[in-house]
Amino acid sequence: MRTASHLRVGDQPWVKWSLISLALTLVGLLLVVPLVAIFAQAFSGGLQTYVANLTDYYTLRAIGLTLFVAALTVPINLVFGVFLAWLVTRFEFPGRKLLITLIDIPFAVSPVVAGLLYLLLYGSNGWLGGWLMDQDIQLMFSWPGILMVTVFVTCPFVARELIPLMQQQGREEEEAGVTLGASGWQLFRRVTLPNIQWALIYGVVLTNARAVGEFGAVSVVSGNIRGETNTLPLHVELLYQDYNVVGAFTSASLLAGIALLTLLVKSFIEWRQMRQRAALSEEEV
Amino acid sequence: MSIQVENISKRFGKFQALEPLSLEIPDGQLIGLLGPSGSGKTTLLRIIAGLETADTGRILFHGEDVTRVHVRDRRVGFVFQHYALFRHMTVAQNIAFGLEVMPKASRPGAAEIRKRVSDLLEMVQLGHLATRYPAQLSGGQKQRVALARALAMQPQVLLLDEPFGALDAKVRKDLRRWLRSLHDELHFTSVFVTHDQEEALELSDQVVVMSAGRIEQVDTPQTLYAQPDSRFVLGFLGHINVLQGEIQAGRLSQGDAWIGLPESTLPVGEAQCYLRPHEVRLQLTPEAHAHLPLRISAVSLIGAEVRIELEADGWQSPEPWEVGISHAQYNEWQPMRGDRCYAVPDVGHLFTSEAGEPELIQWHKKKTQKSVERSVLQQAVGA
Repeated sequence: MRTASHLRVGDQPWVKWSLISLALTLVGLLLVVPLVAIFAQAFSGGLQTYVANLTDYYTLRAIGLTLFVAALTVPINLVFGVFLAWLVTRFEFPGRKLLITLIDIPFAVSPVVAGLLYLLLYGSNGWLGGWLMDQDIQLMFSWPGILMVTVFVTCPFVARELIPLMQQQGREEEEAGVTLGASGWQLFRRVTLPNIQWALIYGVVLTNARAVGEFGAVSVVSGNIRGETNTLPLHVELLYQDYNVVGAFTSASLLAGIALLTLLVKSFIEWRQMRQRAALSEEEV
Repeated sequence: MSIQVENISKRFGKFQALEPLSLEIPDGQLIGLLGPSGSGKTTLLRIIAGLETADTGRILFHGEDVTRVHVRDRRVGFVFQHYALFRHMTVAQNIAFGLEVMPKASRPGAAEIRKRVSDLLEMVQLGHLATRYPAQLSGGQKQRVALARALAMQPQVLLLDEPFGALDAKVRKDLRRWLRSLHDELHFTSVFVTHDQEEALELSDQVVVMSAGRIEQVDTPQTLYAQPDSRFVLGFLGHINVLQGEIQAGRLSQGDAWIGLPESTLPVGEAQCYLRPHEVRLQLTPEAHAHLPLRISAVSLIGAEVRIELEADGWQSPEPWEVGISHAQYNEWQPMRGDRCYAVPDVGHLFTSEAGEPELIQWHKKKTQKSVERSVLQQAVGA
């Protein structure tokens, strides 16, 4: 089959190798070099400076706030996403298609615009802000505001992962479960959840990554109060503007670390799913 | 458990899936709902199960109104068209599911559940596959797991939606026979949906023929086949040859073709005579009671008899005619494409009005009665 393989498009060695080297160069320039640079800069003052920067009071506060917001965002969007996916894949109702489209709005809208919208609505001069002020509730320029925009920006991830899967799986298994006498909760826990668990974890990982890294929307509603409403991404910018380059890169290296961890988890999940599928098709009779 | 369907109707948006209809299913019977797709048979089955709610009417199990009883509490066994096995559970876990989700008070112990599951696996002859996952099973095996899972709850009503639809012919026949014997052994009331007339006639105690959301006829397979009530039923149960013409002077005629009618049936006007392939003989000369010239367009030798396809010669027929002859007759006659011959009917079904029941016409009474019975028997056994 030598001749046949020679006839395949793009099979000449020079085409293959020039394409490969082009791709590798681009990946190197755009991805690897910046990533290495982050860690190089972060450690440029030595390990001691790195640790000192990391354990700085304001940095610790920023890390704390970021983790706190992410820890609240993930469960909120987990529940919301599952609920929404269940709703649009298991029921027929007027406006269902519109709802599926609306889920994507946070992806379509620039996060800064989302932040501004929240400010307009809930800020002290906003439509609801005045009333909230009278009740002595402050949402903007404090952590509830940050949480709100983070939830908004990350809410499509879980639903987006689940909807196609649940659509493809259909509702027959759930119907079978009901005819066998399962209650609503038993059905969810023993039939629905096991079928969607990996997609769900995948959605959660993505939600978490975005919640930790969100800058645009958060920067509008946070007010950048050091030690109070400063999240890690905002803290990077603040330090940089203070000409504390090493400090900025130290915090940035943390974010990069989280991103790398996310990638690792994501690849693991994909690998697991692939192995499962391969195992099934191998044993098929 | 007997099932009564009273005045049930269902509409999906603008589509009337079921016209108000009623049906009695006696205890312990195996009932086939037969009809083309879109006839409402699956909807009716799902309403009986409680997976769909009817717009009007009531469902009674054993005289008790269950219309408002949730699927979960109706305790019917339901076998889905595509099996709907839980894909992340093994075969044994699938079968145990119904027992494991029972409320603690009534749930059997773990050992009891294990025993019940292994008994069921034995019954469906899948004991060796207990730890397999659904994706590792063949269609026929999946179907048997689905049945075992539905039977684990010892339901008194078993509902099956196109149970053999997705299986190949050989497996289908085996499973059909197996289901029939299972039914006879366990004495539940079963209702199954099918679009395959052979399956319905072979398996059912009674067949419910449905079309366009209506019940056309409910009868035993024998009666249904011998005395179909309407054009639809007659046309749905296998191929049909039609002579469309005018009744005049004791004959139904069109062009060169005519058949003589007995004295009793003489309303003048449009009429159709429906003739089944086995109710017609082919001869080289016409007989005194019929003159139906035909030209052979195809000869198919596959199967128990030789199928001859014919075109009307000197008259009009919208569909080609089909007549089965024995291999012996074929060997003797050696019919070829383009040969001319005459159809001689023994039995016919005459429709004189648009919606009315047909009148059964028999030209050779004694001989015919026997041949009808024989062919009914053949069909019922799935010849």
